[in-house]
Amino acid sequence: MTDLNTLTLAEARDKLRAKDVTSVELTEACLKAAGAAGKLNAFVHDTPDIALAQAKAADERIAKGDAPAMCGLPIGVKDLFCTKGVPSQAASRILEGFKPEYESTITGQLFDAGTVMLGKLNMDEFAMGSSNETSVYGNAVNPWKVDDRELTPGGSSGGSASAVAADLCLAATGTDTGGSIRQPAAFTGIVGIKPTYGRCSRWGVAAFASSLDQAGPMTKTVRDAAIMLEAMCGHDAKDSTSANLPVPDFEAMLTGDIKGKKIGIPREYHMDGMPEEIEALWADGRKMLESAGAEMVDISLPHTKYALPTYYVIAPAEASSNLARYDGVRYGHRATLAAGDGINEMYEKTRAEGFGHEVQRRVMVGTYVLSAGFYDAYYNRARKVRALIKRDFDDAFAAGIDAILTPATPSPAFGLGEMIDADPVQMYLNDVFTVTVNLAGLPGIAVPTGLDAKGLPLGLQLIGRPWEEGDLLNTAYALEQAAGFVAKPQKWW
Amino acid sequence: MSIDLETAARVAKLARIKVEEDQLPALAEEFNTILGFIEQLGEVDVEGVEPMTSVTPMALKRREDIVTDGGMQDKILKNAPDAREGFFAVPKVVE
Repeated sequence: MTDLNTLTLAEARDKLRAKDVTSVELTEACLKAAGAAGKLNAFVHDTPDIALAQAKAADERIAKGDAPAMCGLPIGVKDLFCTKGVPSQAASRILEGFKPEYESTITGQLFDAGTVMLGKLNMDEFAMGSSNETSVYGNAVNPWKVDDRELTPGGSSGGSASAVAADLCLAATGTDTGGSIRQPAAFTGIVGIKPTYGRCSRWGVAAFASSLDQAGPMTKTVRDAAIMLEAMCGHDAKDSTSANLPVPDFEAMLTGDIKGKKIGIPREYHMDGMPEEIEALWADGRKMLESAGAEMVDISLPHTKYALPTYYVIAPAEASSNLARYDGVRYGHRATLAAGDGINEMYEKTRAEGFGHEVQRRVMVGTYVLSAGFYDAYYNRARKVRALIKRDFDDAFAAGIDAILTPATPSPAFGLGEMIDADPVQMYLNDVFTVTVNLAGLPGIAVPTGLDAKGLPLGLQLIGRPWEEGDLLNTAYALEQAAGFVAKPQKWW
Repeated sequence: MSIDLETAARVAKLARIKVEEDQLPALAEEFNTILGFIEQLGEVDVEGVEPMTSVTPMALKRREDIVTDGGMQDKILKNAPDAREGFFAVPKVVE
């Protein structure tokens, strides 16, 4: 019998319903795999007692025939989600010891559906990073390895990506502000979807940049992404930007039939100096969708090159406001004060000790672009360019384009520590293909479609029309079937 | 636009993050790298473009201004680094 932790969500669900396995067995298999994977540093807070209690409850539900799709399926939860009574630190020292008295809407929905939580997963501090190297817990490590180097699983949802790729859990939650689901998914050979802005409630998810943040599933297959996304979506009165729209049965929309669909290939995504193998991967993806009956159309998204600089105004600006709440008063870390220190010293010392370097840098850049005299020149200008970036997509969709195919990342996974001497902008370039999607509020999905010359996974991204995740997932499903990506990392951990 | 040490110190102060004097030159240099990257937005023609306020065309929902929750002082204070007599405690604010 296959190791239960290597099952997909769909396979495990079907075996549970057929009474071939129990949720407790699935959960124990995952806990065992996770317990033996310390070298990956993916799980940072283990919750085996919660997991086994949830698994037992799920088995009772399944026995009664009252089992939603996610019932009994063990997953990992990104540390950014507040989980009641369980450390929820956003991988930051400033939230050391914080145990929320409440449950995020998304984890609450997943638990109501019977999902089992194995523990909390590593990530970049406050989701700010593209390599999981800014975490207070230390680096998460990619299970893929081709030489002596340890590779990044990407970021910010690096622990989620590593855990899913290494079969430590059946799936994981992620969040994506500029590519934090899709880039790590591509670096680890798994699937990750960021839904339309407003699909998933942001309530109880530590905020980074509120107008860009969206949660989504990170899974082994497109079908799994459809199953788990459905359980995560839905209207929430506690999030004022949550969309009050019906959530379709995404899995039922996976027909694999994309005949006559118009798929756009944006010429601006051919970047100078892009590695040959990424170009080749993209060309292959084009052929795969064409063979499946789609019509490939060359399109233009003229403001693409301005997406990253726009993002690096808007995201830090929103972060500087959101992270103002970490002041050493209500939760988390407070610095030890010297005699005579007042409240300002408390704020300044607490935030200097509690925030890591990248978070401090972004908070200060955000403070600067919002400060008097620069607000118009930077922040308002960025919001105008953002409107133009969205208009580019609106125009493409109005011209009949159903989805857009791009590379997911400009390179395969790089070595941990290799970017340490690079300036911050070099690291930001990782998100060059994904950040446009957040700025325009669109759904985007990364699908593994090939390996590079050394044997590392590479992914393509599909971008869909707003609210049409079902159609997007179906196109991704067709791409997944055509690519036939089945490679797995060799176990070394 | 170049950030000098004085501006870097002012931004750190506004952000309420203590930055030691000897760290300011490195901080200013990082700001300059990032702001240099952002500068390219200056070349975009934004004439007549409204700044984006909402990425999806939706009006913010309204609700009645009534109390819907409360009575959980213990829970609110539970994670505080210093809570006394039902309050958050902080160093002296007023001289």
